[in-house]
Amino acid sequence: MEILFFAKLREDIGHSSEVIPLPENITTIKGLIDHLRQQGENYQAAFQNEAALRAAVNQSHVGLDHPIKDNDEIAFFPPMTGG
Amino acid sequence: MTILNVQKQDFDISTEINKLCAGRRDVGAIVTFTGLVRDFHGDHKVQKMTLEHFPAMAEKQLADICAAAGDRWPLQGCRVIHRYGPLYPGDQIVLVITLSAHREAAFQAAEFIMDWLKTDAPFWKKEQTSDGTHWVDAKEADTLKSKKWHKL
Repeated sequence: MEILFFAKLREDIGHSSEVIPLPENITTIKGLIDHLRQQGENYQAAFQNEAALRAAVNQSHVGLDHPIKDNDEIAFFPPMTGG
Repeated sequence: MTILNVQKQDFDISTEINKLCAGRRDVGAIVTFTGLVRDFHGDHKVQKMTLEHFPAMAEKQLADICAAAGDRWPLQGCRVIHRYGPLYPGDQIVLVITLSAHREAAFQAAEFIMDWLKTDAPFWKKEQTSDGTHWVDAKEADTLKSKKWHKL
């Protein structure tokens, strides 16, 4: 799966994308966040505040309980401030 | 008819209106909204604003928002342009144009598109101010404005 990070999350983590195989026993966005948090302090910082965290699967907004599959494109970003 | 663009370059509102209305006699109302970069944020002077975006999703979200407006109001045309990259005070950021036979639909659709765009289109503003550089926080008021359309 491809994981994309934008804005403050991208800066916290230090890169804008990564490709990883779907981790074993991970079935939702929330599960993926918990998995990523274990990858280092930069991920912990990025995912610290879940209230200010938004996710998209294949370019559609989803909730943190949304299911994920291995070929999904997952994006994490803060609340949007366009317009 | 919806035309939308996510682009770095500036836009000209007259050119866009002329393109939408060329050869038409059925349009009764044109409503436009243009968003600009302000030179202040609270007490701080804004020197520069950089807009980051998620290109593929931005195009998709804007198309979805315009389609939703078209389902709700009898629009004869719709045009949305959203810029990204480095911008400076006074620069144009976003343009929404709605066309309809009557003003009410055009007014409401333009406001609906802007309210949704604020909360659903994947753009993030980073400001360089007299107080340093920081990401702009999302406003609760914008979320409430976007939600109110659910109730109508």
